[in-house]
Amino acid sequence: MNVLNEWAFIGMFAVLAPIFPALPIVIAWLFRPRKPNVLKSSTYECGVETIGDTWVQFRVQYYIYGLIFLVFDVEMVFLFPWAAAYNEMSLFGFVAGFLFIFLLTDALFYAWQKNALEWK
Amino acid sequence: MNAIGTEPYIILSMVLFLMGALGVLIRRNAILLFMSVELMLNSANLALVAFAREWGQVDGHVFVFFVMTVAAAEVAIGLALIVNIFRERQSINIDDLQQMRG
Amino acid sequence: MFESPTIAEFVTQSNLASTLPGTLLVAWTLLLVLVDLFAGDEREHWTPLGACLGLGVSFVANLFVYAPAADQQTALYGMFIADAFTGFLNIVILVATLLAVLMSRDYLMRAGIHRGEYYILTLLSSAGAMFMVAANDLIVVFVALELLSIPLYILAAFRSIKNDGGELALKSEESGMKYFILGAFSSAFLVFGAALVYGASGTTNIPQILEVAPAVVDAASSATFYLVVGTALLIVGLGFKVAVVPFHMWTPDVYEGAPTPVTALMSVTAKIGGFAALLRILVTALSVLLLVDGGVAAWQTTISIIAALTLVLGNFVAISQRNLKRMLAYSSIAHAGYIMVALAAAGTAGSADSATQGALVYILAYMFTNLGAFAVVMTIERVDGGGGNIDDITGLARSRPLLAMAMTIFMLSLTGIPLTAGFVGKFMVFAAAVQAGLVGLAVIGVLTSVVSAFYYMRVVVNMYLRDSSGELLPALETVYVRWAINIALAGTLIFGIFYPLASNLVSMVSIA
Repeated sequence: MNVLNEWAFIGMFAVLAPIFPALPIVIAWLFRPRKPNVLKSSTYECGVETIGDTWVQFRVQYYIYGLIFLVFDVEMVFLFPWAAAYNEMSLFGFVAGFLFIFLLTDALFYAWQKNALEWK
Repeated sequence: MNAIGTEPYIILSMVLFLMGALGVLIRRNAILLFMSVELMLNSANLALVAFAREWGQVDGHVFVFFVMTVAAAEVAIGLALIVNIFRERQSINIDDLQQMRG
Repeated sequence: MFESPTIAEFVTQSNLASTLPGTLLVAWTLLLVLVDLFAGDEREHWTPLGACLGLGVSFVANLFVYAPAADQQTALYGMFIADAFTGFLNIVILVATLLAVLMSRDYLMRAGIHRGEYYILTLLSSAGAMFMVAANDLIVVFVALELLSIPLYILAAFRSIKNDGGELALKSEESGMKYFILGAFSSAFLVFGAALVYGASGTTNIPQILEVAPAVVDAASSATFYLVVGTALLIVGLGFKVAVVPFHMWTPDVYEGAPTPVTALMSVTAKIGGFAALLRILVTALSVLLLVDGGVAAWQTTISIIAALTLVLGNFVAISQRNLKRMLAYSSIAHAGYIMVALAAAGTAGSADSATQGALVYILAYMFTNLGAFAVVMTIERVDGGGGNIDDITGLARSRPLLAMAMTIFMLSLTGIPLTAGFVGKFMVFAAAVQAGLVGLAVIGVLTSVVSAFYYMRVVVNMYLRDSSGELLPALETVYVRWAINIALAGTLIFGIFYPLASNLVSMVSIA
């Protein structure tokens, strides 16, 4: 398959892709009954309309939770390849992985002792 | 398989990098500044992955892991600084940070 | 399950022993985190004490690892290189950190805050610098640079200083924020540059780049383009870190706003890390490949121009500064320019070693002198951040004669007057530049040194000659900062008076 064919495929995809979501909307528009009222024509959003300013300050505690979550979120980037390569690993890789987990545990212990895990 | 060569990816990553760099220079909102820096780092990630494919190695992928980790660490610190500054002066506009001049 | 090498084989293969100075410091710091958690407020002095001990342990390990100094070895599968260059800069970093810890102790005590994390972050940053001078791989350069920088961002924002009216002046946060944004921006340049160099050469290992590079240059394909652009981006990224013109804009604001001991630390360790990486990348990895004509590296012209601009701008703008920390910030930009001269000289074939040795001696002299100068500034600076102007030092000779004497010697050393360490550093750098055929750059260096005498001597004039009929300046500092000044003074004088000492110490260094 040469490059041109691949691009042709992408081109076809670009043409067809908008048609699929547009088609049901057009069909529904053709066959729907037309009885509008205020409630029906109002913009739909999930939940009730907001009251007051939406730009409120959140508690800083959320940030600290997010920070601790982030550490273990990023941990996966290293632990997943480590786990996948587990069977072919040298002792060096094995020790390095555990050292890494130990470092994170040390950090978690620190956060715990500093009461970062308490909801205040 | 590799019908599309490395060049298009590198050109894309360079465009993204320039967009990020311009964003840092033009934007004044601290959060948007961080997003621009993230864009620059991720454009480098794209280049690394494309090169790793070209060379058939994992070195580039490993580099990407480290870039991602460091980016996360930087964001954590940066957001802490922003939160601190916002609590003191109710603004995260970089131009408001002009205590020192001369 | 494993290929099953024994533990002993594993230790030899990865050659962990030669990484001990850095790894011991990190391990000690992690221990210190726990010590600090359980020490409590009554025993808050445990953490700084532990920090000093950790630096001592790392120092001793460094002496053992680099004692033979002759044979260089790699560790961690070629990612880490242990040679005389690493060993020498490790010592400089450790001494700088010790001085900074002493100054920090004084600062935190006077400000009435006990924060063990401060020392922990300081040690982590220094460990990052130690890994950076040993980096033999672009990935390690990047990760070590971040380990060096990220703690410094936090330290720079560590404490906002209240002004006289008691309202928050917020300088420290502003400093940290600016440092962070510019730091992250420059890291992005560094990573993209590293990505392009990797794409051109197919490896991130610095010696392997050297092997592949000539073929890449000869090929004159897109890979050549990647290599050149990548090198340029690496220079930009590291140029931000070491604060050379035109990447210096952040320096005065960050240095002025950060707590003084942090400013002192970052003016030394961040520059050491950045210059070490620049030397390793440009001289080791990219020297042979970019030798275009007459045995001169293609990047030499660029580096020379940057060096000349940095020397001129740093020294001339420093003249107009009224705040001592701001003046020292511009002076540190100028000093980065002198080290840049050595870097440019290293681009000429055959003079790489002498230029590198000159840079190392310059860094050693700059470390002692600059930390000493900042320590003296701390003694006259009030804890609210005021009192650090050049006029506030007036009459110091009458009220604190010994302190004024120390400051005079630091200023002489920064100018580069003989019998001080600064002279030895400048002499070696200019000699290397002349040997490398960069006579013009050496002349600019000497002339700007004369200009720098103007603002350094103004400090001395203010201390000794200006009318000081007012009341005596009080002694604000604690004993810790006096120790820091004494150590810095001893270093400045010893390396200045026994001038072969420094060149003997670096005579083993060779990175080309």
